[in-house]
Order: sequence, then C-alpha cells, then structure tokens
Amino acid sequence: MTKLPEELYQERVKRVKDVIQLKTPDRVPVFGPHQLYPYTFGGVTLKEAMYDYAKAREACHKFVDEFQPDLDFGPILAYPAKPMETLGLKYLKWPGKGLDDHVIYQYVEDEYMNEAEYDDFIRDPSDFMLTKWVPRTFSGLEAFSNFPTMRRMMWSGWMGLGAFASPEMQESFRIAVEAGKQINEWWESLFQYIGEVKEKGFPIAWAAFDWAPFDIIGDTLRGTRGILNDIIRCPDKLLEALEVATQIFIEYGSGAAEAELPLCWIWIHKGTGSFMSPKQFETFYWPWLRKGMLALIDKGITPLVYCEADVESRLEYFADVPKGKVIYHVAQTDLAKAKAVLGDTACIMGNVPNIMMYTGTPDDVKAYCKWAIDVAGKDGGYIMDTAVMLDEAKPENLKAMIDFTKEYGVYR
Amino acid sequence: MKEKLINAIADKHEEEALKLVNDMLADGVDPQLILDAGKEAMVIVGKRFEDETYFLPELVFTGETLRKIGEIVKPKIQGKSTETKPLGKIVIGTVNGDIHDIGKDIVAFLLDVNNFEVHDLGINVPAETFVDKIKEVKPEVVGLSGFLTLAFDSMRNTINAIKEAGIRDDVKIMIGGAQMDDKVSTYVGADAFGNDATVAVNLAKAWIGGN
Repeated sequence: MTKLPEELYQERVKRVKDVIQLKTPDRVPVFGPHQLYPYTFGGVTLKEAMYDYAKAREACHKFVDEFQPDLDFGPILAYPAKPMETLGLKYLKWPGKGLDDHVIYQYVEDEYMNEAEYDDFIRDPSDFMLTKWVPRTFSGLEAFSNFPTMRRMMWSGWMGLGAFASPEMQESFRIAVEAGKQINEWWESLFQYIGEVKEKGFPIAWAAFDWAPFDIIGDTLRGTRGILNDIIRCPDKLLEALEVATQIFIEYGSGAAEAELPLCWIWIHKGTGSFMSPKQFETFYWPWLRKGMLALIDKGITPLVYCEADVESRLEYFADVPKGKVIYHVAQTDLAKAKAVLGDTACIMGNVPNIMMYTGTPDDVKAYCKWAIDVAGKDGGYIMDTAVMLDEAKPENLKAMIDFTKEYGVYR
Repeated sequence: MKEKLINAIADKHEEEALKLVNDMLADGVDPQLILDAGKEAMVIVGKRFEDETYFLPELVFTGETLRKIGEIVKPKIQGKSTETKPLGKIVIGTVNGDIHDIGKDIVAFLLDVNNFEVHDLGINVPAETFVDKIKEVKPEVVGLSGFLTLAFDSMRNTINAIKEAGIRDDVKIMIGGAQMDDKVSTYVGADAFGNDATVAVNLAKAWIGGN
C-alpha cells in the first residue's frame, strides 16, 4: 500500500530524530545533497535562481521529486540577488557580480574590522556593527556610520537624532526599506517551498545556520590573515572578543528552537586540519564553539557541525559533548576513525567523495556507500551524504547513493 | 648580529627583530645581508611548520615580520643585488571561477622564501593566462590552486589548454586545496596534489632539485 505524504513526512522526521539520539532507526537516513546541484540538474543557472525565485523553487521541486531524499535543503542557498544589489553588498561575489552564471557565491577576504577596533567590538558589538562594519560592507548603508547611538537616548540623547535628517542618511534608509521588501519576497518564496515539500512528505534539514565563534571573528571581521596574526599578536583581546562572539553564535542558532527538526548547521572553517595547533585549537576555537553548542543543546537544538576539510586531529575534542545531541558532518576524514572516536557520543554524516559523484560510476558509489554504512552505520548513528555540498554529479550516481542507502541501509 | 636576527624572526620576536634591523642598518651592515637573514629565518619557520611545531598562525605572523623588514630595508638597496640564483621558476594561481587566495598566497610565499622565482597570477585565472605565462617565463613547475569543487573542472580545463599548447611535457603540475586528493589529481591530469603548503615546497624541490 502506498503511504500518504503525511506518513512519509512523520517517518522521515522520526528516522532523523532516532539517528541523532543514537537509537537504531528503521534505516540509514539519506540527505539530498545541495548547493548548485539541484539547479544544475534542473537546467537553471544559479544566476537565474538568484533572480527568479519561482525558477529556483521549480528546480528544487524537480530535484526532490526525482531523488526522494529523507531530508531536503530547499532553495535557501540561491541567495536573493536583488536586495544584494540594492544594498551594495561588498563582501561577496556572486553570479553576474564578479562571477560566472553558474558558480557558487564566494567571500571577498578583507579586514572589515582592524586590530585597533577590538575594544569597540567588545564594548558594544551592536554599535560597532551598525556604525563601522555595516557602512564598510554595504555601500548603500554608508550613512549609518553617523547613526546616532541609542545607548544615550535617555535624558537629552534624543537630541542627536538630527543625524537622521541628512540627505545621505535618508538615502540609506530608503535603500534599507527597499532591500527589506525585496528580502521579504524571497523569504515568502522560501516558506512557500517549505510548505509545498512538506505536503509531499519531505522535511527540511535546517532550522538555523551558524558559524563557530572563532570564524565569526576570523571570516567576517578580522579576515583570515588578521585573525591568524592576532593569535600571536594580541591573544588576550581575541579571547575577550570570542566571549562576545559566542553570544552572537548562540543568537544565530537559537532560531532553530521549536522547529520540528531543530537542526542548526554550523559551518566549520578555520577549525579544521592543520590550520592551527592543537594547543591553539583548545584555546581559541573549541571551548567557545563547545560553550555555544551546549547553550543550543539546552534549548533543545541539535548542532550539525559541518566540517569541510580534514578534522581527524579534532575528533577527540568533538567527542566531549552530551550523548545523542550532536551531528558531525565529515569530509576528508577517515570515516572509520571518526566512528571509533565519536560513535558512542554523536551521529556522523557525509563522507561520500564529491569527485566520485562526478566522475565515478553507480557501482563505485554503491561500493563506497556499502563501506560507509558498514563502517559508520552499524545499529544507527550515520546519515548518508556527500563529503561536501554538491555542485556537480552524474544523476545516476546520486540516484545510486540514495536508492542504495534505502535498500542496503535498512536495519532488520 | 645576523644569527640573532634570524632567531628573533623565527622565534616570533617581532619587536626585537625590527630593532635589530634598524641597529644593523645604523651600523652600516649591508642591507642584502639583512634580507638574506630573513630568508634563512623563514627556512627555519618552514621546517617548524613541517614538523608541526608551527602552524598557519606562526607562518602568517613571521611572514608579516618579514614584510615589515622588507619595507625598512629594500629602499636602502641601491641597484646592485647579490641575491643568489633561484632554484627554479614556478607559475602559480587560483583557477578560473575560484577567488580564494589564502592557501595560494601561503604556498607562493613559502616557495619564494625557499628561493624559487614565483610568478603569481592571482585568483580567478583563465586557462589562457596560465598558458601565456608558461610560454613567457618557461617555468619548471606550475601550481594550480582551488578551494571549491568547481575547481576540479577548471583545473582540468587549464591542464588541457596547456596540453593543447604543446607545453605540457615542459612542466610538472601540482594542484592544491582542501578537496584535492589522488582521485582529483588523476581526473584533472596533474602530476601531484597537496593539502598543505610544505607539500608544494617539497614537490618543487624534488622536481627541480635542491634541498
């Protein structure tokens, strides 16, 4: 008997919840690998998807109909190009704005906060972001550098509101309002999609996105070179700033509370491989990430720690979290080793090589998936997925990954 | 003095290093000798990086010290250079479609301090630009960098363009980036891959010679 979409939806949600809690689910859950691939498969360029939200939804529907994953991602990675242009967003390049039509958006490295500004950020991060960071990173919001401080609104502070009357400030407000309307159109489209796939029986794999406290500072404020220098040049300031960034981390992730699948995807950038020494990792990276993750776990949220490079040297640290509450997504890391170290504590996800999805055969993929399930999925604790987000694949290879998992991954 | 400077740089004592540089210049020490000391210090740093005493923070920090020393010393070098002959020439760049530069910059820097003549083409480099540069400078080694999986095809296209230009056999090609492995290396048609900067230096040395 064919199951109703509602039943399939509940089954999929339960499958994922079970695997997170390290209970044996009915079978290994499988994620529908996203990024450019659904658009590639649907014959839409990322540029088109970033401008035409209906096209983005259509491509994602086609993808989910064809591959029938347990978890879908939806068109959230097709960022809305219109408000990005309206705002004059400077820290990304995207298709049509410095990149070809079908290339994922990329970050433009810079020191958007200089070393001397650590104290400003630590003292009042909101004011720093509003009057320094935002004007530097959005050309349309440059006038916010004169935004009157709200800290001193009591007594006579409101007398500084004259700054709002300048033509520049009015223009920045106009831009912010216009961009706000454009962003809402995009959110509307996204939630329409999420409702539609739920009707079809597919849950969405994310409820919030987050970045490790170290990466919040290292990626977007100080830049990679900046923060690597700071580890040696001003470690105490960096530690103070990490305390602030941890609060921002918790804010980012807290949006996931109350979701049906409260997964918070945490993108690990500078914590992988040989970026920093174990000593530096246990001073500047892990304690802050862990503190933030524990706060999210307290709110009933499941951190999904997404590691895009080798994390073998970090596994012992990763094991120091409450049991059955975290998913670790691994890429260029020995899956058997990851399972040995983390298996009693956390669910593992990913690891199927992207190059194999692109250049291998369905038999190669099946053999790898069999190995992955045997190694990491014994009695649960594993979610099938590619090593990193997927841009290119032969459809038959992705089909092989998903269908084989549904067949071989059944727990009897 | 020179020995002291080498150690100050390699041990991350930047203030001391800069003071020594100024003292040495005041004493009339040949500026070239100071630059040589910088290079020797970076060889030590490179070795410490390789044996995992140092990681990227130390590499970037000492690189910064070296840059500051260069700013002080280079204007004082008039015309004549007694620099040693480079071990070999390398053309390097981040392939078309990819704008990530940190990894590539670190590799280029380490190659430079290890006495290779590095021609850095930057980021988002079209295949033709690689071909033109290879024809112009005739390097022994070409380094292709890429962070994204889209770089797989870009690297392959670049290497195909090098083949079509009839110069593939004149160069060794290495690829670098977090997603690179032997499967990718085979797919794109490279000679070797690396996931960290010292691999690139060691490959270049093995291919060109020199220790």
